[in-house]
Amino acid sequence: MEKHDGRDAGRVRPGDLKDPWYDELASGWGELDGTGAPTAPAVPAPAAAPERSAADIYLEVQASAAFQEVRRRYRRFVIPAVAAFFTWYVAYVVTATAAPELMARPVSGAVNVAMVAGLAQFASTFLLTWAYARHARLRRDKAALDLRWVVFEQKREQELRQGAER
Amino acid sequence: MTGDHQTLALVLFGAFVAVTLGITTYVSRNRHGSAEEFYAGGRLFSPMENGFAIAGDYMSAASFLGISGLIALYGYDGLLYSVGFLVAWLVVLFLVAELVRNCGRFTLADVVAARMRERPVRIAAGTSSVTVSVLYLVAQMVGAGSLVALLLGGTSEAAQTWTVIGVGALMVIYVSMGGMRATTWIQIVKAVLLMAGAIALTVLVLMRFHGDFDQLLRTAADRSGHGGQFLAPGLKYGGDWTSRFDFISLGLALVLGTAGLPHILSRFYTVPTARAARRSVIWSIGLIGSFYLMTIVLGFGAAAIVGTDAVKGSNAAGNTAVPLLALDLGGGADSTGGTVLFAVVAAIAFATILAVVAGITLASSASVAHDLYASLRRKNAKPRSEVAVARVAAVGIGAVAIGLGLVARDLNVAFLVGLAFAVAASANLPVLLYSLFWRQFTTRGAVWSVYGGLLPSLVLVVLSPVVSGSPNSLFPGVDFQYFPLENPGLVSIPLGFLAGWFGTVTSSDPADEAKHAETEVRSLTGAGAA
Repeated sequence: MEKHDGRDAGRVRPGDLKDPWYDELASGWGELDGTGAPTAPAVPAPAAAPERSAADIYLEVQASAAFQEVRRRYRRFVIPAVAAFFTWYVAYVVTATAAPELMARPVSGAVNVAMVAGLAQFASTFLLTWAYARHARLRRDKAALDLRWVVFEQKREQELRQGAER
Repeated sequence: MTGDHQTLALVLFGAFVAVTLGITTYVSRNRHGSAEEFYAGGRLFSPMENGFAIAGDYMSAASFLGISGLIALYGYDGLLYSVGFLVAWLVVLFLVAELVRNCGRFTLADVVAARMRERPVRIAAGTSSVTVSVLYLVAQMVGAGSLVALLLGGTSEAAQTWTVIGVGALMVIYVSMGGMRATTWIQIVKAVLLMAGAIALTVLVLMRFHGDFDQLLRTAADRSGHGGQFLAPGLKYGGDWTSRFDFISLGLALVLGTAGLPHILSRFYTVPTARAARRSVIWSIGLIGSFYLMTIVLGFGAAAIVGTDAVKGSNAAGNTAVPLLALDLGGGADSTGGTVLFAVVAAIAFATILAVVAGITLASSASVAHDLYASLRRKNAKPRSEVAVARVAAVGIGAVAIGLGLVARDLNVAFLVGLAFAVAASANLPVLLYSLFWRQFTTRGAVWSVYGGLLPSLVLVVLSPVVSGSPNSLFPGVDFQYFPLENPGLVSIPLGFLAGWFGTVTSSDPADEAKHAETEVRSLTGAGAA
């Protein structure tokens, strides 16, 4: 095993490293086309305090601007989306049970409002799935991976330091 | 039904059993039996493989035969039911899959215990997970028994008994010998078979109507005997207000319960990263969504081609709608095509049941060994034996499921699936969401939210018309019915969330900021993920 010391690890910028588990070019759902807005790598430099514990690393990363940005992006998509589809689903179920005559109104041929609404539930589910996947891929994945490496590097540094003290 | 159907169906089903046992032996060769291997299959499945496996775990015989049967009998109300099963996946995708993959190792309790005092939280979450699994499992076992009676004409008690025992024995073998790796491959094989069968039948139905969906609907409405009402909601769930509220309750349980099902949560641990977990859910949403779209065609097709009365005459719950449809589409009862299609559908239905019960057994044995046993065992016991405990737990759960399946054989247990979803939504989902998203959440809140959802849902079911006080009850002779709804979700889900909130605000010790930071950072970035 090659050993890295603290200085060496400090030089590597987080974004340069590849996560071996990160299947970034695997085939499938389209790929990043360069339009994504990368977050500023504004994680504070590891403080030199010797008694930092793993908990401090997580607290620091949590307070960092880069993490706050990832969390904000996640929540700004997920909270409205959950509110929207949940309201839409509950409205659908309540209307179907409470006002079946409204749902029975014909639209075209044998197709009525109920059928359209039911198929629209399927359609909106597929659409939101696609939108979420796209949002996560373009707006979150890279920044999240960078942060993962920041934590990894800081933990390793700390372990090495503790090993040296022992 | 002639003997040909039975023989061919048994041959096909035997082939499935042989293939799956082959898979089990093949994948478990040279394995060391580590916990990683047993519970998570080595975490190296691809998103597509896991997507198929999730779909295989989720689409039970109740979906394949039950929902199309409901549509064939009650028209639109069956469709209404299937929508909840699909929309639920948005909760899983948005709020659960990636975060759970990042924070946990094998079970739901892992995610919660990371922030809390481990022992009480593990015992609570483990108990509710096992409860959900056992409810679901018994429903599947009883379903397997009655399916044999229906499809093979083996109405004798002995045939049903041996089916339940056989299914139980097979699932124990899959799980305890092959662990997650074998179970996953069985799910994949089953999902492929199920999708292929559904696609073939859908194409045949649409060909019969020359691709004219409107014509299909009109014929279905005509032959159902209900006319236009058949295409609108209300035939099944539109009676008095009690039954309407009952459906709303069931709808809530379905949409919120999926994200709390232990056998679904454990599937996210079989892929390497959160991103892979997300992509497996996207695969499964595609598969499950198109599957339910096909059940709509199959259900209305059965009403249009077989006729609602004929379906009802064969089985009052409509479970034979798809097999009867297959018989007709293949060319009728005496034709080779009809015989083959019928046998294929019967074999797929068995395969479906086997795969689903294997998935649930694995998840519940993980809860028993990883959560309950690990928390309750003596301190000096060897931790290495956890997988051994899980294997024994699988045998024990198999025995319990066989026993309950035999006891409940003649009971009307259709409510059990809805109940399992309601318990999952009331006891598992609140604690999971609070742990992932609420900074102030405490150990007491976690424990209260699990028991505050679990106990009310179980008590309300005992006091509901499914247990007593109505002709269709488990115990029709007695009457201790005090709660009007069959599904407790409408009351117990809010109670689970409320109990978690109340337990938290009354906690004497505040939440651990550092552990919350760790959970939040890990859940969104994947740092330190197993």
